Amino acid sequence: MEYIALVQAYTALGLGIIIGLGAIGACIGIGIMGSKFLESAARQPELIPTLQGRMFLLAGLIDAAFLIGVAIAMFFAFANPLLARLEG
Amino acid sequence: MAGSSTEYIPHHLTHLKVGEGFWSLHVDTLVMTAILGIAFLWIFWSAARKATTGVPGRFQAFIELVVEFVDGQIKEVFHGDRSFLAPLALTIFVLVIFMNTMDLIPIDIPGMVAGTAGAHYWRVLPTADANTTFAMSLTVLVLVILYSFKAKGAGGYMHELFGSPFGSHPLLWIPNFALNVVELLSKPVSLAMRLFGNMYAGELVFMLIALLGFAWAGALADGNIFGFAVGFVGQVLLTAGWAIFHVLIILLQAFIFMVLTIVYISMAHEHH
Repeated sequence: MEYIALVQAYTALGLGIIIGLGAIGACIGIGIMGSKFLESAARQPELIPTLQGRMFLLAGLIDAAFLIGVAIAMFFAFANPLLARLEG
Repeated sequence: MAGSSTEYIPHHLTHLKVGEGFWSLHVDTLVMTAILGIAFLWIFWSAARKATTGVPGRFQAFIELVVEFVDGQIKEVFHGDRSFLAPLALTIFVLVIFMNTMDLIPIDIPGMVAGTAGAHYWRVLPTADANTTFAMSLTVLVLVILYSFKAKGAGGYMHELFGSPFGSHPLLWIPNFALNVVELLSKPVSLAMRLFGNMYAGELVFMLIALLGFAWAGALADGNIFGFAVGFVGQVLLTAGWAIFHVLIILLQAFIFMVLTIVYISMAHEHH
C-alpha cells in the first residue's frame, strides 16, 4: 500500500514539474515572440499581414512542446502505467 | 456513460480494438478517418463538379478560398512545379481540420451512438491517436526521401547524406550520415507528436471539464441547489471557453502540419 502511495506522490511531483517547467518555457517564448512582433509591426505596419501568419505558425511551434508535455502529464495522471505495473 | 468519475476518463481514453498487443487495430480511429476522408473528397469533388466560370455561389467561393489559401502558402515557400505538392498540402490541411474538428463534438455523444451499435468504446478524435499522426508524418518522410532522390539524383543525395555538414572526407562519412539520419527522423517525430500532443491534451481538458457533471449531479441528488447551480454554470462556461480556444488550436495545428510538410519537401529540393 505504501508503495502505491509512493508512486502516486512521485508521479504527482513529476506532473507538476512537467507542466510547470513547460509552461515557463512556452510563456517566455511566446512573450519574446509577441514583443518582437509588436515591435516590428510598429516599425513597419505594412508587413503586419505577412508577419501575422508567421507569428501564428511560430506560436503553434512554441506551444507544441508544452502541450506535448501536458498530454504526457495528463496520461500519467489518469492511466499511470508505472502504477499499473505495481498493481498487476 | 461510465459509472463513476474515476472510471470516466480511462473509459474515454480506451480505443475500440481488434487484436492483441502490437498487432491490434483501432477500429474507431480507422472508421472515423475513412468517413472524414470520404467526406473531404466528396465535398471538394462536388464543388469541382458544379464549378462555374461565372459568378460563383457561396459554396464554390468558400472552396476556392481554401484552395487559393493553400496555394498561396506553397508559393511563398516552394518555387517549382506545384502540381503534386498543392493537392498534397490541400489534402493534409483539410483532412487534419476535419479530424481535429471531431474534438468539438460533445464527448459522450459518440460513445452513445456507438453504444447503440453494440460497441463499448468509441474515441471519435482520430488525431488524438498517435497511430494516425505517425501514419501521416511517416508518409511525409517517405515523400521527402523520394523528392530528395528525384531532385538530386541517387548520387547527389548520397553525396549530401554522407558529405553534407562536415565535408566529404571519407573519415567523416559516418558522423555525417549519423547526423543526417537524426535530422531526417526528427522531422516525422516532431510533426506527429506536435499534432498528437495538442489534440490529446485538448481532448483530456474536455474530459476533465465533463467531470463537473458528476459534481453537479451529486449536488442535485443531495438537494444542494447552490452546488448544482455553480457546477452546471461552471461546466457550461468552461466547455464553451475551451471549445472557442480549441477552434484556434484546431486550425493552427492543421496549418502547421501543412506548412511544415511544404517546408520539408521544399528543403528536399534544395541543393547544398
